[in-house]
Amino acid sequence: MLELVDLTHRYGTYHAIDRINLTVKQGEVVCVVGPSGCGKSTLLRSIAGLIKPTGGAVLLDGRPVESTPDNLAVVFQDYSRSLYPWLSALANVGLPLRRRGMSRKARDEAAMAALTEVGLGAAAGKFPWEMSGGMQQRVSIARALAYRPSLLLMDEPFGSVDAQTREELEDLVLRVCAHHGMTILLITHDVDESVYVGDRVVVLSKAPGHVVGDLTVDLPGPRDQIRTRELDAFVKLRADVGRMVRGMSARRFDNGMTHEVETR
Amino acid sequence: MTRRSLLSRLAGLWIVPVVLVLWELATRFAEQPYFPSPSSIAVRIQELWFSGPLSRVLLTDDAIDAFAPSLGRLFAGWILASLAGILLGVAIGRSAKLADYLDPMLQFGRAIPPPLLVPIFFALFQIGTATQLAIIVFGVIWPVLLNTADGCRTVDRQYLETARVFGFTRTDVLWRVVLPAATPKIFAGLRLSLSLALILMVVSELIGSTSGIGYGLLTAQQNFLFVDVWAYIVLLGVLGFLLNASFLLLEGRILAWHHRARRTI
Repeated sequence: MLELVDLTHRYGTYHAIDRINLTVKQGEVVCVVGPSGCGKSTLLRSIAGLIKPTGGAVLLDGRPVESTPDNLAVVFQDYSRSLYPWLSALANVGLPLRRRGMSRKARDEAAMAALTEVGLGAAAGKFPWEMSGGMQQRVSIARALAYRPSLLLMDEPFGSVDAQTREELEDLVLRVCAHHGMTILLITHDVDESVYVGDRVVVLSKAPGHVVGDLTVDLPGPRDQIRTRELDAFVKLRADVGRMVRGMSARRFDNGMTHEVETR
Repeated sequence: MTRRSLLSRLAGLWIVPVVLVLWELATRFAEQPYFPSPSSIAVRIQELWFSGPLSRVLLTDDAIDAFAPSLGRLFAGWILASLAGILLGVAIGRSAKLADYLDPMLQFGRAIPPPLLVPIFFALFQIGTATQLAIIVFGVIWPVLLNTADGCRTVDRQYLETARVFGFTRTDVLWRVVLPAATPKIFAGLRLSLSLALILMVVSELIGSTSGIGYGLLTAQQNFLFVDVWAYIVLLGVLGFLLNASFLLLEGRILAWHHRARRTI
């Protein structure tokens, strides 16, 4: 459903991502992991139509992404600046539904259902600044759910919350998205998280970012924070991904030629 | 407003009677006709404006004749300037091109002291309400306009990207994202304009007016009624205080999210 063809972007002379090719199938949870500054955000912003990539194409359901597609939602890392502080949780979740041509009542009901799904039914009337970071991020997730996108992009969604909240949110996303059969592209710098959450892990190199690894995560579901993480397969995958992210000894295959990736 | 801040505010008021007593003593010792005592000013204020019937909250005919046109001019001028300022400010804040075109003219206009334009307004509108409104509007539009433009220009990028991702219409982006995000700055401008409007209201009534507080002040001065002059001065001070206090009360309600969000961060 999502296809990236030779996706390339430069900011002036800075080469952020370089010929990324990637296909995401319907219902898949794909984690993109890479070292900081590998162009993860550039990748996400290109897919969301927030920037126009300088080269290559993004195809969503076979159609090229021109402006922001209407069947795509994003959960940003910085929840404090992604929710509107002048609106209650309910209004924040309901606002994007205006585009769906729903009545006020239908919007409120859909928003309430989504908030209940993320466990915030009782906090619908609260304002973002009355909530903890984890709660605010749940509201962002509820907003994305209520929008019923076919593709959900998540940009380091759990990067700004504490470890316990992070685990809770990971499980919440897995559960809720499995329930709705949603396709997810989750961007993270956390190797452990990428293996835990993903059906597939795609590893990007340092800038200019390109795909250096694409691993299928063959772990039994439903995932469990303790049991999944102690599986041999999990430990091995995490080590594999970790090595690729470090990129120290990795070789880059490019036009059939090999050369060492510069190490820092 | 929290209970504690209300108490500490009241506690800060001890300075008022102290100043009044010192003022009273100073004027009694000086025995200068130009500086009447505050007690005589208070008596005169009561005689002039607050000895009317209970049914009109004690206001006398003189009070209504003086206050009504003045407050009318003040609010009409302020509201007109606010509407025009917000409208222009949004346009300038949302369009970099327009801002580039208009900026030199805005800086030019802002630098002109409004009383200097009085002769031009007279020529344009003749003596009367239109001229007085023009003086007020021209004088008070700048803080609203520039603050609105700044507020609309500096909306957090993430707010706008969220709006783009979820496909808000242009109208929704303006009304539900840009304007709410800019309200703290818009309100700062409105408040500054309100206090300026009081000053310019008096200025506009000193020139070519036959009613209002400024006209009363001028007449009292020309007739050497020093206690009356002081009564007008005190009245203007109290009016300014009340306007500011009511505005803050309104702002506290509308911008509750802003004040409380800032406290928690």
